[in-house]
Amino acid sequence: MNLKVNGVEKTIAASSPTISELLVLEKVEMPEYVSVQINGAFAQSKDFGTSRVAENDEVDFLYFMGGGSR
Amino acid sequence: MIDFTEEQLQRYSRHILLAGVGVEGQARLLASKVLIIGAGGLGSPAALYLAAAGVGTLGIADADSVDLTNLQRQIIHFTKDVGRPKVESAKEKILALNPETTVNTYHVFVSADTIGDIIRDYDFVIDATDNFAAKFLINDACVLAKKPFSHGGILRFTGQTMTILPGVSACYRCVFPAPPPKNAVPSCSQAGVLGGIAGMLGTIQAVEAVKFVTKAGTLLADAMLTFDAQLMDFRKIKIRRNPNCPLCGEHPTITELIDEEPPVCDLKAAHEGD
Repeated sequence: MNLKVNGVEKTIAASSPTISELLVLEKVEMPEYVSVQINGAFAQSKDFGTSRVAENDEVDFLYFMGGGSR
Repeated sequence: MIDFTEEQLQRYSRHILLAGVGVEGQARLLASKVLIIGAGGLGSPAALYLAAAGVGTLGIADADSVDLTNLQRQIIHFTKDVGRPKVESAKEKILALNPETTVNTYHVFVSADTIGDIIRDYDFVIDATDNFAAKFLINDACVLAKKPFSHGGILRFTGQTMTILPGVSACYRCVFPAPPPKNAVPSCSQAGVLGGIAGMLGTIQAVEAVKFVTKAGTLLADAMLTFDAQLMDFRKIKIRRNPNCPLCGEHPTITELIDEEPPVCDLKAAHEGD
């Protein structure tokens, strides 16, 4: 199926995976600490195991980045 | 309109010439008050650019002292400053660059008890801290006090930043409802960071502060800018306010300030995040 992941169009070898499955497919490091937007709306982490992505969905992974001062 | 001195006309001539800033924008800068929390990698370039820009009052909050490992990226501190409080070292450089600046220093780590008083008098806040407890605290305090601010984070070759207009645009908790568990996310002291990344990101934060004050351009609100300098790839992700946000959503569960548990990795890392 076709998705836009972090701004890049790609074809993934799965049909309508759950967000949790997509995080594995996309080899996201430490997926439990990533925020996910689907078509511009945040998915709640409690729904990652049940919410599925659909054809041509735009998916963004947002990562914690804590450095800056010391 | 304020009268500029001859020296000010020269010092700020490139702003005064600039469409979008001009005399009016420069007058706003001179009257403005910006607080930088963290005088480290992000705070160094932010403080220098804001002092150079003529921001009238700069607040600098940091409890740390300059360490030799800081000098690879914290460009407001020099070799001779090792061991000095960062706020003192930063104040000296700011005044050397622009003696007209009023510099307020806060030699403390911000906490739920202290942050309200510190941010109160400022027009804009820059989160230049290195740990999640502080980032969430700054977000919560600024949103509850309706204080616009810039979030910033860096790691390895990457950076991210967003500008938050409380009540108007998405806040940090809209993106990340709660801090990551201890040790879940590496800090710069564990994972390293390229020095120039701090300069890139802190400079973007300073530009957002200047844009806010001068009303030039469009702020980085409802968006997260992320970049990966290995590919020199910049990306602006549109973000919407999250109705489930625990702070600014439809049914907020956070209504007062709390100190999130600081990330304790080891004793040294506890206060040396990046």
